[in-house]
Amino acid sequence: MNAEVLPIKTAAETALATSFAAVKDALPGAAAVGALREDAFRRFEAEGLPHRRVEEWKYTDLRALMREAKPLAVPPDAAAKARAKDALATLAAIDARRIVFVDGAFVPELSDLASLEPGLTVGSMAQALAGGDRGLLAHLGQVVPTQDVAVALNTAFMGDGALIHVAQGAALAQPLHLVFVNAGREAASIFVRSLVVIESGARAMLVESHVGSSASEDQVNAVLELKVGDAAHVDHIKITDEGAGALHLSTLIAAIGAHARFNEFMFTTGGGVVRNQAFVRFGGEGTVAGIRGASLLKGRQHADTTLVAEHAAADCTSREVFRSVLDDEGRSVFQGKIIVRPHAQKTDAKMVTNALLLSERAEADNKPELEIFADDVQCGHGATSGALDEELLFYLKARGIPAKEAQALLIQAFVGEAVEGIEHAGLRDALMDRVVAWLRARA
Amino acid sequence: MHLLEVKNLHVEVDGKKILNGLDLSVGRGSVHALMGPNGSGKSTLAHVLAGKDAYVVTQGEVLLDGEDILALAPEQRAVRGLFLAFQYPFEIPGVATMTFLRTALNAQRKSRGEAELSTPEFLKRVREVAGKLGIEQEMLRRGVNVGFSGGEKKRNEILQMALLQPRLGVLDETDSGLDIDALKVVAGGVNALRSPERSFVVITHYQRLLNYIVPDVVHVLSRGRIVKTGDKALALDLEATGYAQYQEEMA
Repeated sequence: MNAEVLPIKTAAETALATSFAAVKDALPGAAAVGALREDAFRRFEAEGLPHRRVEEWKYTDLRALMREAKPLAVPPDAAAKARAKDALATLAAIDARRIVFVDGAFVPELSDLASLEPGLTVGSMAQALAGGDRGLLAHLGQVVPTQDVAVALNTAFMGDGALIHVAQGAALAQPLHLVFVNAGREAASIFVRSLVVIESGARAMLVESHVGSSASEDQVNAVLELKVGDAAHVDHIKITDEGAGALHLSTLIAAIGAHARFNEFMFTTGGGVVRNQAFVRFGGEGTVAGIRGASLLKGRQHADTTLVAEHAAADCTSREVFRSVLDDEGRSVFQGKIIVRPHAQKTDAKMVTNALLLSERAEADNKPELEIFADDVQCGHGATSGALDEELLFYLKARGIPAKEAQALLIQAFVGEAVEGIEHAGLRDALMDRVVAWLRARA
Repeated sequence: MHLLEVKNLHVEVDGKKILNGLDLSVGRGSVHALMGPNGSGKSTLAHVLAGKDAYVVTQGEVLLDGEDILALAPEQRAVRGLFLAFQYPFEIPGVATMTFLRTALNAQRKSRGEAELSTPEFLKRVREVAGKLGIEQEMLRRGVNVGFSGGEKKRNEILQMALLQPRLGVLDETDSGLDIDALKVVAGGVNALRSPERSFVVITHYQRLLNYIVPDVVHVLSRGRIVKTGDKALALDLEATGYAQYQEEMA
């Protein structure tokens, strides 16, 4: 018998199917990407929401964690934009050119679009899809093809997002800050899709922030496809700071050229259930990369970092450093896989994850994997989890530093060692300020 | 009243008795040396004074300026003017020495109801003291003790003591691992802090340090008790005869 097993759909899966049927013709770019959406949705439907028996989602059982699918977000009205404007004030410490999206839609009037630097082009994904833009869109879904189910869902429903191009050799003096604000009155599903192409020899710093009100139960699915040309130098810092009721799925898909420098940093303090995926492919020789992150979780927050770093060319160096600080019943998941393809000789890749558990009920799950098909490489990984060092605490207290402050100092240092990997001093400081604020709220 | 009075102190670690009825009185402005063989309880006393929680006091009391400090947390003892210079100072990656010094100084000042130091004033004080101890500014920007040599770590302890200006400095084998030049620098740092209001308990295994920090009183510790007290000549005697006689007396 070859009967296909079709599991019973969950309420969320059913709602997504109903929603897709209802909106697919109204989503931007029916002509240009209608077929792509259909295919992607079929792929999602075939697999359904991933659950704990799917290895890649073992620690983040989306079927259990996503009980329902919220209705698709509506375009922001004046009130939503006003709320978004207030939310932007919390990002004041990040000195950058802002490109703002409210409830998934590009809002030019909240964005800094004046006097764009030479070589920088900024546009809206929805407009490009609707207009059948044949330029940059050729890269859509092609940067690093993936079968990932969260990406499939995003492709099916993608609405707006940023479409950015940095010309060959252009050096952006100011960081570019993509801000995604959830400001709707009702909880909503938001699917944003961005595409950033940085040509060879260019220099760009990208910050991506996701913020929402503390009470929101929004469901965000964000995908950023990033293409980095040869000898380009790119930093991408992603800040997840939505409310503790939000579900946040995000995927970075990056293809890095030869002799490039690439630094990724994922900083998570917000969201109820967070899954940060990064699929990074080193496709040219001699690139140096750092893929780092820090999560500070409390209450019942769950944050999963799933990383696949694929060394597909020789002589690339990558450092993966992830740290999590877990209070209350906070749970961090780290799944990191380094793949070294047969021709990627002289690869030098080291992955380290450390979890600091501040409570008996906190949990850290680490799953490092190495898949090495070349024979002349240096690859390693290490993982630790534990409590604050009592000896160090005693040393600090013996100098008159109160217990809480001593703890805060050590936690700050622990996170700081990962944050140090960020090259831009202003952004490093902005993140450390957030760490201090998190610690203050804890005390 | 003595600045420090230790009365009939009994201490256990993991159920093992280390201090057995130790008595010690340290007057204001005086330097007491505490000598003794390995395992006699010298470092245990230092840690008990500072408030390390693995050490269980089963009997006795410790008075600092008349106040029983045994029930106080380590940070409260520090605020009251007790300072322990560690034998093995810890490395704290990620916490810059400057941040550490400043946090400690301001925490103490705040607890005592004093105003925090302004940044320029703080920097001026650190530079002054660091300069005397031969500590480079670059070291102060590094993580606490990270990449410091043994001698640099000990100098960093003295730097902390000089900034925090305690009433009682307990130096736990500050001479261990130091060459003669480093020893002189460290001793010079301690001597500069000697004053009629400040006292020191200098714990050491060897007499050598006491050539540079000249004690008023020397005690010999053996099996958790003080078995002999004398002046600085006692240290010289010990150097000549060793500790064996005191261990036998106890047997």
